[in-house]
Amino acid sequence: MKQLLTGNEAAAEAAIQAGCRYYYGYPITPQNELINYMAIRMPQVGGTFIQAESEIAAINMVYGSAAAGGRAMTSSSSPGISLKQEAISYLAGSELPCVIVNIQRGGPGLGDISASQADYFQAVKGGGHGDYHLIVLAPSSVQEMADLVYDAFDLADKHRNPVMILGDAQIGQLMEPMEFSKKPREVFPLKDWALTGAEGRKRNVIKSFYPIKGQLEEFNAHLQKKYRTIREHEVRYEAINIHGADIVLVAYGTSARICKEVVKKSHQSEFKVGLIRPITLWPFPEQVIKTMSERVQCILTVEMSAGQMVEDVRLAVEGKCPVHFYGRTGGGVPTSLEIMRKIAEVVPSNLIDKVNRILPLVEVK
Amino acid sequence: MTEKIILAGFGGQGMMLLGKLLAQTAMIEGKYVTFFPSYGTEVRGGTAVYHLIISNEEIFSPLIEIADTLIIMNQPSYQKFKGMLKPEGLLIVNSSMVKVDSSVKSKVYKVPATELASKLGNVLVSNIIILGAYLAIRKLFSADHIMKQLREMLKNKKRELFTTNKQALESGIKVIKSLK
Repeated sequence: MKQLLTGNEAAAEAAIQAGCRYYYGYPITPQNELINYMAIRMPQVGGTFIQAESEIAAINMVYGSAAAGGRAMTSSSSPGISLKQEAISYLAGSELPCVIVNIQRGGPGLGDISASQADYFQAVKGGGHGDYHLIVLAPSSVQEMADLVYDAFDLADKHRNPVMILGDAQIGQLMEPMEFSKKPREVFPLKDWALTGAEGRKRNVIKSFYPIKGQLEEFNAHLQKKYRTIREHEVRYEAINIHGADIVLVAYGTSARICKEVVKKSHQSEFKVGLIRPITLWPFPEQVIKTMSERVQCILTVEMSAGQMVEDVRLAVEGKCPVHFYGRTGGGVPTSLEIMRKIAEVVPSNLIDKVNRILPLVEVK
Repeated sequence: MTEKIILAGFGGQGMMLLGKLLAQTAMIEGKYVTFFPSYGTEVRGGTAVYHLIISNEEIFSPLIEIADTLIIMNQPSYQKFKGMLKPEGLLIVNSSMVKVDSSVKSKVYKVPATELASKLGNVLVSNIIILGAYLAIRKLFSADHIMKQLREMLKNKKRELFTTNKQALESGIKVIKSLK
């Protein structure tokens, strides 16, 4: 049955459906609908809801529940996610599965409460210290928010790794029809490493501290091996009309929705626009971008930031074609007209006539 | 068919509920719909604005740049958002609280919603009066379908509340019919 929910509510209910029974949070706009929903729902399913005294306390409670083998989650928005970074590094270092939702708002600093994608670097490059990666998933609709949050718990358990959902104020607060198509999770993977009481078995240890020389390097080698496996198996993306495209856009989340409009309108003309929408931001879909870059004249990356993911696009392309960038910052959201104008600016001169014919199609009427 | 509606008033005038009722009904009738609250760090008595898009096709950006319809409940919202209406668009104002100036060239419907709601004994239903007016003009959905959604939303509330809301919807429809 279809329901009209905000992205924040969909994320919360999807977590419950996935068997999350431990939620710890601290209020911050624009993710308050999530914590509010959890406050109502967790007691109904016999779970634990705590409004912690701070973001830092909340993420450390997640560490505790994850160490004991529970499915645990926290959520916040940009400034609050910054506060959580120390514990996120510890979670990665202790290989604890959990889900962290970041409904991004404008930054730096206290910024504003409008939609932004300026926490990309923090999410995919390791916002805390040490050589680690989060698995980072970027929904671009309310339906996908629910689907990805549900999957996030499975991915976290499968790889014993924290997973981040990277949304933004628009996807969090937007209401769209959606449905929970997956069955509520009742059977969970065995966690023989968890701290469940050691009676009758060898004791388990959860730690990220390796003071004896050589041990930490060995542990890092293990982590890197795990990250290679994730890179090989967990890449997700959506590719639309990239074959025969004159230009391909690369965008995720809210930006990708607007790019899709440009792609759709270009169908009506002879100038073809394609789109690659990374769904996993880490692992990044570098292979498809690399292959595509050998066939197109140029790429345009669109973000609600001053240019962050564009660096990963350029690394994937390895100079095989020009990679351009269009971004809005501080709560600004790109429009399809702005994107078309940017396309007109960057395409090779032999394509300009074709582009000029499509421009009137995206004018807002 | 794509209808882009901006709903604005001060916090408490029920624009959230109005939009949600339309969005729910649109969803049940199989339309594509997005409903987005575009709030800033607003002050009490200021403006709360919602972007509602109903369409037969997939909706990409939920943000409205140029609206087909403006539903405006108070003067600050009128000043702030009147420029977003397309020239041949539809403007419905709560004329108990909004004075329309000569700069607006589109079709304007003035509905004294606050006044009519007070007469019904509950000023809070001014939003439903406006909704009745909107339905009578645009005829996107039948009043019956909207009432069904409203009944669902109010199922745990007192019965009188539903009756008042029903009267409010009918009163809004009547205002428009009496103009024709």
